[in-house]
Amino acid sequence: MTLMKTLLGAAATLALTAGVSLADPAIIFDLGGKFDKSFNEAAFNGAQRWAQETGGTFKELEMQSEAQREQALRRLAESGANPVVMTGFAFGDVLNKVAPDFPETKFAIVDMVVEQPNVRSVVFTENEGSYLVGMLAAQASKTGTVGFIGGMDIPLIRKFACGYAEGVKAVNPDAKIVVNFTGTTPAAWNDPVKGAELAKGQKAQGADVIYAAAGGTGIGVLQAAADEGILSIGVDSNQNYLHPGKVLTSMLKRVDNAVYEAFKEGTELKTGIVVMDLKAEGVGYALDDNNRPLITADMEAAVNAAAGKIKAGELKVHDYMTDDSCPALKF
Amino acid sequence: MDYATLLQVLDTTLRLATPLLLACLAGLYSERAGIFDIGLEGKMLMAAMSAGAVAYLTGSVWLGLLAAIVGSLLFAAVHGLASITFRGNQLISGVALNFVASGITVLIAQSLFGQGGRTPPLEGAARFNPIKLPLADELAGVPIIGPFYAEVVSGHTFLVYVGLLMVPLSWWVLYRTRFGLRLRAVGENPASVDTAGISVVRLRYTAVAITGILCGLAGAYMSTGLQAGFGKEMTAGRGYIALAALIFAKWRPWYCLWATLLFGFFQAIALRPDVIENTIGISIPVPALDALPYILTVVVLAGLVGKAIPPRAGGEPYVKER
Repeated sequence: MTLMKTLLGAAATLALTAGVSLADPAIIFDLGGKFDKSFNEAAFNGAQRWAQETGGTFKELEMQSEAQREQALRRLAESGANPVVMTGFAFGDVLNKVAPDFPETKFAIVDMVVEQPNVRSVVFTENEGSYLVGMLAAQASKTGTVGFIGGMDIPLIRKFACGYAEGVKAVNPDAKIVVNFTGTTPAAWNDPVKGAELAKGQKAQGADVIYAAAGGTGIGVLQAAADEGILSIGVDSNQNYLHPGKVLTSMLKRVDNAVYEAFKEGTELKTGIVVMDLKAEGVGYALDDNNRPLITADMEAAVNAAAGKIKAGELKVHDYMTDDSCPALKF
Repeated sequence: MDYATLLQVLDTTLRLATPLLLACLAGLYSERAGIFDIGLEGKMLMAAMSAGAVAYLTGSVWLGLLAAIVGSLLFAAVHGLASITFRGNQLISGVALNFVASGITVLIAQSLFGQGGRTPPLEGAARFNPIKLPLADELAGVPIIGPFYAEVVSGHTFLVYVGLLMVPLSWWVLYRTRFGLRLRAVGENPASVDTAGISVVRLRYTAVAITGILCGLAGAYMSTGLQAGFGKEMTAGRGYIALAALIFAKWRPWYCLWATLLFGFFQAIALRPDVIENTIGISIPVPALDALPYILTVVVLAGLVGKAIPPRAGGEPYVKER
């Protein structure tokens, strides 16, 4: 299976590199897949927006296996693509190795800091966005128990969980938070069956709002929550439309903006660390026609007040990745 | 663990054991007839995609189920052709079919729907909905048995009950009918069956076809019962776990049920680390729980729990004259 995927991937890479035109930007999607309706799809939407606005073309590559990372990155860099944008923390080590070999090429990586002179590292303050949806979850919950289902168990996803827990506790200090992770390998980003079963298990433990930060796995979580008559919270992209009236909100992570900006700056890409926080509208919560009836005026006011405080720096949401611990939640 | 929690875990167990059970029984027919089938996984995957796609396009889960069986039978026919008619290596044919299924399902789903190899979510009549068994509400008040009946036995989708009924049916077919006797004989000593004037080829094709139908049910259950739609690689190795369960069950129908229920139970408790922590007082890492079925299979293969003897003529193509 892996062999065939590698072959197919190599074929795709070749096909992509065949029609070289100079300095087209390129994007590599991580294992969740371009159409995960979440993280990678947000990145794709950003690239699409750039293409529509400028009429330009971009190269894209969908990862098929873990082993392809370095090869894929080198191929795109060799083909003259500039800048090369990649989504996902897992590219960190590989990029650190590849970037010095292509000093003329600009790279951008989302969700990871890579300290090389030709790399832009875009990180989001997911803890702040998760805090806001945590507040909404606690206010919408009738049982006082809310759930969190993470994808792969990594510090980044714990950062989501931690911010969420703080938001929940800010509204209801006695709330119980049930936390599950789908797995410990990248396959955890794409296992909707397990996501659905975890959601059913959390419902059995009393949870009536479940936040899924799990890429493609989240589709199963949202489906199971809708089937079981409880609420869910989407992640990265606005997922409210997947089950109208049954998805409480979505934690928006504007990966699309990050990709769009990087493409727009093109070869002039400014390197260094870019923090997309609440203030810069890098994160937030989704409110549209699909979830309007679920969010009362009180809930909205409370969340917007908290958002104002975070933007003004009066309220600090703990970042799990700074000290690998979480005051509001025990893992 | 209190009784209510136990019931929840058992409920999940039955849900997760069903695809394993159907695939395990599928493998049983094939292997009992002397055709090893590594390709259960591929057939399930193909069936899951066919069911998801056709159910979405037609809005009818029954047509989806039919498509699943057809899709799976197609793969079974190729396997039969390669390993019975052309006397190829059965393991290689099975592995090859798994590769093909892994790629072709995503390819078809992508070209039909353009959603990254996923079929759109199914709703209403396009998926199997839970069935409430008669008397579930009335009996719910009865202590112990009532809640068990209402929570664990009732409220599953159609194919769960089909899977459970397949167990006694398979036992009856294999051990109480002339066809079953011949099927078992063809897996042990095809020459004797041939001497008795019965076509080995036809018997083996029949067995492979039954395998195809049962894999079709298992795959359809994945995408229209357990989930609402097909996703790439959604069977996630269940075909291989079913093969392990088949060895664990020593190629017997009732043992198949117990083996797959046990494996389903492991999968179910792996989803509830809190329950384990409350029951035995220490927390076990989730990956360790996930690995349990595999560890158990190795234990069985090592001969620690009785001996598992496969059908004697398994894996060998039958040649009439040498």
